Amino acid sequence: MNLDAAKQTFLEEARELLEDMERILLDVEATDTTDEQLNALFRAMHTIKGSAGLFGMDEIVHFTHEAENVVDLLRGGHLALSEDLSGLLLRCHDHVKAMLAVVDDKAMQQEMLQTSLLDELRQYAQPAATDEPASSSQASVPEQGGLRDWVMSLRFNEDVLRNGMDPSAFFRYLRLLGEFLVVQPVLCRLPQAERFDPESCYLRFELLFSSDASQQMLLDVFEFVREDSQIHIFPVGEAAAHWPQLIAHADEAEQAAVRQAWRALGLDPDASTSAAAEPEPAAPAAKSADKASDKADKPATSAAEAKPPRASESRFIKVEAAKLDSLINLIGELVIAGAAANLMARRSAQSALVESTIAIANLIEQIRAGTLSMRMVQIGEIFSRFPRVVRDVSKELGKSIQLNVSGADTELDKSMVDKLGDPLMHIVRNAMDHGIESSEARLAAGKPAEGNVWLNAYHESGSVVIEVADDGAGLRKDKILAKAVANGLVPADSVMPDGDIYKLIFEPGFSTAEQVTNISGRGVGMDVVRRSIEQLRGTIDIDSAVGEGTTFRIRLPLTLAIIDGFLVSVGNATFVIPLETVIECIELPSDALQGDAHNCLNLRGEVLPLLGLNRFLELGQPHAKRQNVVVVRYGDSKAGLVVDELLGEFQTVIKPLGNLFRHLRAISGSTILGSGEVALILDVPSLIHFATSQEAERFASHAEHAQQRGGHGNH
Amino acid sequence: MGALTIRRGRDAALVEEVHEDVLQYLTFQLSGETYAIGILSIKEILEYTTLTQVPLMPAFIRGVMNLRGAVVPVIDLAVRFGRNETGVSRRTCVVIIEVANEEMQQYIGILVDAVHEVLAIRAADIEPPPQFGSRIRVDFISGMARVDNRFVVLLDVEKVLSVEEMATLSAMNGGEVADLREAEV
Repeated sequence: MNLDAAKQTFLEEARELLEDMERILLDVEATDTTDEQLNALFRAMHTIKGSAGLFGMDEIVHFTHEAENVVDLLRGGHLALSEDLSGLLLRCHDHVKAMLAVVDDKAMQQEMLQTSLLDELRQYAQPAATDEPASSSQASVPEQGGLRDWVMSLRFNEDVLRNGMDPSAFFRYLRLLGEFLVVQPVLCRLPQAERFDPESCYLRFELLFSSDASQQMLLDVFEFVREDSQIHIFPVGEAAAHWPQLIAHADEAEQAAVRQAWRALGLDPDASTSAAAEPEPAAPAAKSADKASDKADKPATSAAEAKPPRASESRFIKVEAAKLDSLINLIGELVIAGAAANLMARRSAQSALVESTIAIANLIEQIRAGTLSMRMVQIGEIFSRFPRVVRDVSKELGKSIQLNVSGADTELDKSMVDKLGDPLMHIVRNAMDHGIESSEARLAAGKPAEGNVWLNAYHESGSVVIEVADDGAGLRKDKILAKAVANGLVPADSVMPDGDIYKLIFEPGFSTAEQVTNISGRGVGMDVVRRSIEQLRGTIDIDSAVGEGTTFRIRLPLTLAIIDGFLVSVGNATFVIPLETVIECIELPSDALQGDAHNCLNLRGEVLPLLGLNRFLELGQPHAKRQNVVVVRYGDSKAGLVVDELLGEFQTVIKPLGNLFRHLRAISGSTILGSGEVALILDVPSLIHFATSQEAERFASHAEHAQQRGGHGNH
Repeated sequence: MGALTIRRGRDAALVEEVHEDVLQYLTFQLSGETYAIGILSIKEILEYTTLTQVPLMPAFIRGVMNLRGAVVPVIDLAVRFGRNETGVSRRTCVVIIEVANEEMQQYIGILVDAVHEVLAIRAADIEPPPQFGSRIRVDFISGMARVDNRFVVLLDVEKVLSVEEMATLSAMNGGEVADLREAEV
């Protein structure tokens, strides 16, 4: 076995556990703790400790052990999770993370073990420790906290090794808690050599163990196998009373073997037969039933009964991102090649050939969808880091701010998730620093002292929308405009729509904050935010109301790699319109478009502005006889694109057009058709936006030169 | 040198020996004049195929083409030099050139009337560009090479195909109002 790979797995697992831990700690700060959360905290520390022990990382074991003790007290209800304590645990979380980061550097780890955190942890552990045995004495043992002898009966499930547990690890770990007095293996389950499966565990152990740990602590050692193995731990004195329980799953040969083992331990299983006599008659019946489910050589029943608890856990395979990316690239090529084959088949007019290429195309479509969904991850992956940020920053700013997250299960492309973190972080920090006022100012404005920041995500017409909202002071239009004028970004007397004024804050070097703080305010950043969103083919809008708050709305495509497109031809050119923006297609009434690029159409009583692509994109080719209108929408607006021919749906792999075309607004990318020709992908939102602003401009100039009609003049 | 594939025309006898101060240049015809580009930046030479026109771009950007799955812009050098559009004939070629753009290699195609040959030119035979009197922008010229008592203009590929400059130009042209501000930045 490759130890490095295992170590990598350990590190990843530890990282996930730590993330869980952080999330829980931040959660419980806001709400009351549940047992489940405390158990999860404990499990995080405990598992890291256990796994680190396997790799001989003694320093981590040492540190997490102390943390685990405190969490254990929490779990037992001996300690309450105060703000101080959760802060301490958060710092412990950071520390463990740091230790894991230098996992190969023993000296560094040694050094890191010299931390005051340990003392703090012990302070929590100490006072509680005195009353702990008292509460655990429900195990009916008079001796307080002293050494006691325990009988352990460990009958591991056959699958224990396959599930990744090594029984020997438990023994190694038990040694930390006490001393083995006698160990008796029970080997009667070992099958004949030819039926022996090296991956199955056939062992049963009966042993005497001396420890000052409580029964619960000992049982916890086996937490991960307790579900499907029979683990029994009793004080020596009570052992005989539990005898029937121990042999409940055993057949006669095993019973005999266990009995023999007990004798070797110096115990008499029959000592309290009077107590055991009553359940005895029930045992044979249960025995035969259990035997059926227990024996692995009857797979039909055993599989059915053993699986459910396991299967409910979701199973994951970790795959290197690069492998997935190259697979997606290949699928993209496959889509193109498939389209080419389809085209050839149709040209050949052999119906059998056409049919088989269509069957292939269907399969490709499924593969494509499946592969892309592999790359989709929940946006919660980014959202989850914000509770911590909000907590830290609000403390730093001395403001009380509540973070509300919703829509964390919204999925989007993994590669986007990676690139969204920083811009979102920036917006959130900005909202907290500039958006939300100080508590005094809020109270003065008649708002609750506690500010709110909302993170929300949802799907809307083929895009993902992420909102960052705050209920702070809102953006001051006059202030922004004044600043923009001062910076020479806009002429002094300019009149702009609100949305455009807000967007000025994305200009480089723009910041209205009077004070530059640690958190934000240097004016670097918002322009970077916009640029990174645009690189993802997204847009960002701002809504704001003075005194009520600000909402940043980021709209992103679902995936960067492949889109479903609708193919149209205009003159000699072929364009792809993203299918998610297409609502319907209608034929253009012959009188609707009279030589002008702009016009309107009556669409079932609705006014539909028309945009003649031919004119608008200056393609300069003559119109075809009959034209069609593709009704597209984006956000709230609808428009009709006038095109010549409708060529149907087409899956396209987006090929970036490169830097040369970066100013080109109306085109978002390109793709290669089955014929090998390049088709351009229309960027509907910016096309509509572009057309709107162009028209506004023209009317403005129209007003100035009322007499003169420009080349594109309108009335 | 394996990168240079000549798909049409005479097989130019590629190289004699390469001397230290001898560099190789591809000469080609463009609106009646001969220009040359160092072959190290040339990726390949292709026959002209139909290009996909990109709307709202200045005339010197003729369109984009499919280069084995990658989409490559094609520049009409004649228009870039302020002449008339290059007409398409039987000998029209697209020369694919590799240019560095923000530390990334990018391929750009240039449309030429005809490709001539690969010349080995000694550094001693290259004169600095004249102050004026040449018929294209001086900064496009890296030098004038004496070949058979004629002068051949050696083009400075990085300047002629400066993505930065061309993108700015196209922003002025296509973006009109919307992008003027950005173009100035």
